[in-house]
Amino acid sequence: MKKVFGSPKSLTKVPFTYCPGCHHGIAHRLIAEVLDEFGVREKTVGVCPVGCSVFAYVFFDCDMICAAHGRAPAVATGMKRAKPDSIIFTYQGDGDLASIGTAEIVHTANRGENITVIFINNAIYGMTGGQMAPTTLIGQVTQTSPYGRDPKTMGYPIKVAEMLSTLKGVAYISRVALSKPAYILKAKKAIRKAFQSQIEGKGFSLVEILSTCPTNWGLSPIEANKWLEENMIPYYPLGEFKTPEEVS
Amino acid sequence: MAKIVIDEERCKGCELCIPACPKNIIVMSEYFNKKGYHPVKQIKPEECTGCAFCAITCPDVAIEVFK
Amino acid sequence: MGEKMLMKGNEAIGEAAIRAGCRFYFGYPITPQSELTAYMAKKLLKMKDAAFVQAESEIAAISMVYGAAATGARAMTSSSGPGISLKQEGISYLACAELPCVIVNIQRGGPGLGSIQPGQADYFQATKGGGHGDYHLIVLAPSSVQELVDLTMDAFDLADKYTNPAMILGDGLIGQMMEAVEFKERKKIDLPDKEGWILTGCKGREKKYIVPFNLDPYEMEKINLKIQEKYKKIIEKEIRYEAINLDNADLIVVAYGTVARIVKTVIDNAKKEGINIGLIRPITLFPFPEKIIAETSEKINKVLVVEMSYGQMLEDVKLAANGKAEINFYGRAGGVVPTQFEILTEIKKYLT
Repeated sequence: MKKVFGSPKSLTKVPFTYCPGCHHGIAHRLIAEVLDEFGVREKTVGVCPVGCSVFAYVFFDCDMICAAHGRAPAVATGMKRAKPDSIIFTYQGDGDLASIGTAEIVHTANRGENITVIFINNAIYGMTGGQMAPTTLIGQVTQTSPYGRDPKTMGYPIKVAEMLSTLKGVAYISRVALSKPAYILKAKKAIRKAFQSQIEGKGFSLVEILSTCPTNWGLSPIEANKWLEENMIPYYPLGEFKTPEEVS
Repeated sequence: MAKIVIDEERCKGCELCIPACPKNIIVMSEYFNKKGYHPVKQIKPEECTGCAFCAITCPDVAIEVFK
Repeated sequence: MGEKMLMKGNEAIGEAAIRAGCRFYFGYPITPQSELTAYMAKKLLKMKDAAFVQAESEIAAISMVYGAAATGARAMTSSSGPGISLKQEGISYLACAELPCVIVNIQRGGPGLGSIQPGQADYFQATKGGGHGDYHLIVLAPSSVQELVDLTMDAFDLADKYTNPAMILGDGLIGQMMEAVEFKERKKIDLPDKEGWILTGCKGREKKYIVPFNLDPYEMEKINLKIQEKYKKIIEKEIRYEAINLDNADLIVVAYGTVARIVKTVIDNAKKEGINIGLIRPITLFPFPEKIIAETSEKINKVLVVEMSYGQMLEDVKLAANGKAEINFYGRAGGVVPTQFEILTEIKKYLT
């Protein structure tokens, strides 16, 4: 018998330190598989954020750098400009990308920087213990929205993929989920397209990944997947928002 | 002929692979691994088709698939 | 002999940086340093294997520097007080990650939005770290356009030598002033190889990473101890100052940058009145020339610190003198430059 599925080369052997059922591990694996498939591991530098996935540098078997909170796209800009032949990706959560790093992501996208952004949207702050994120849903209870997110005082959940796809410099944007095998296979395809867009020099690419945070949502991993499908997907529709063909 | 190999020490017992299996042949074990989690185990291995849905779903890359 | 040109301070910094091999500039316009940003745009956008990015903010600009520096490239950013405050986040990361780069602060009057005229009130911020955590920049304080050129080139070398961010601490007067400058032929110096830490992909080697954190306090302490050890070496080897007329001086002035330049004229004028003034002009603000200040102040006992602030370097002078001399202070700030007359009048107060 032949091994048809195993850990990709672009992951180290270190077991993930994420909570049971957390989707970071799936997202990490998909990125690593894509790096393997394109054969670019040895010229890739990943930029990790501040948040749970600050430890991504341990798990990816490629060069890694940790940025200040929200600044990963700016760090990626500096790296890509200095070494245009390298493959640069950022891995950012919703607090990192859609709150403290809003300026950086918008302008990096608008400049059409030829990098790939993997955006993990789990509608909550994980590492700090479950506070409201810019993507927290209306009515969702978190430590800092203890009576549910009230749009009158806390605003509405930000739709990053839609917002950024209005920018001319963007080559590829899609939103995917990881709550069931069919979605995971689609997510992999999206990540492939995003990296391909970078490899072909087409410009900025981003994949928004709807993910669960069972620990801070207070749900079991299986319940969390169900919650994601029933609550997040209706508000954050899956699909491609911009593809390289549209770039004139 | 297909089989899966579960790395019980990497498994955190999150159970996500259980509903992912179309043959319903993955279950929780009653023992603990070194981290204190119940790892999953496969029952009726002869029914495994090697579809890899369990492995694709596993957030800890704890399942290998052979065909 | 190198090439001689008439140049504005801010543009001279840009030319010096490019001649020092800097090909990556990330910045955001702010008065009184905007000519430097514009100069880098004009030059780098036309160069191969170079980049100029007008960043969305100072915060982004310094993070771009962090990224470029991590690939081993010579990178630079520049700003003035309010923008340098925004850069502190990234500067702290650069210091912790031990990445070399050059940051230029053409100081203006503060605090807050302050004014756009010259100031020296960012001394604390520049020399004591500025951002969070225990760290230092190598801080160079030019007092002429020629020195802006020379020190900018030195800053890149020092940054590479110690894998530490270096800062040019100028002010609006020097940045805006035009003077003849010479781009001298520079001796090649041996700098440490960057191969050991740069991130350009792991072809043919194990992966590497740059992570300015460790959640294990003992490991984080080790990072701290390592950079502290480096600062000791910098203090031991890199102190620079200019000393004028220290023998038989009636009083010693300690001043840096633009103010020191004014004091030089004061010294000449005072001589005509029979007053003998000495000057110690720190060229490196970190490392600070403590020893010469300690020795001279003990001998002469009358010291006047003059700054365009309300007494920032003053604290380092007092620490250096360690109670062994009378340390006086004169300062103007908010964008006001002290005049020769004011300084001489102040000196005379302590000589009667």
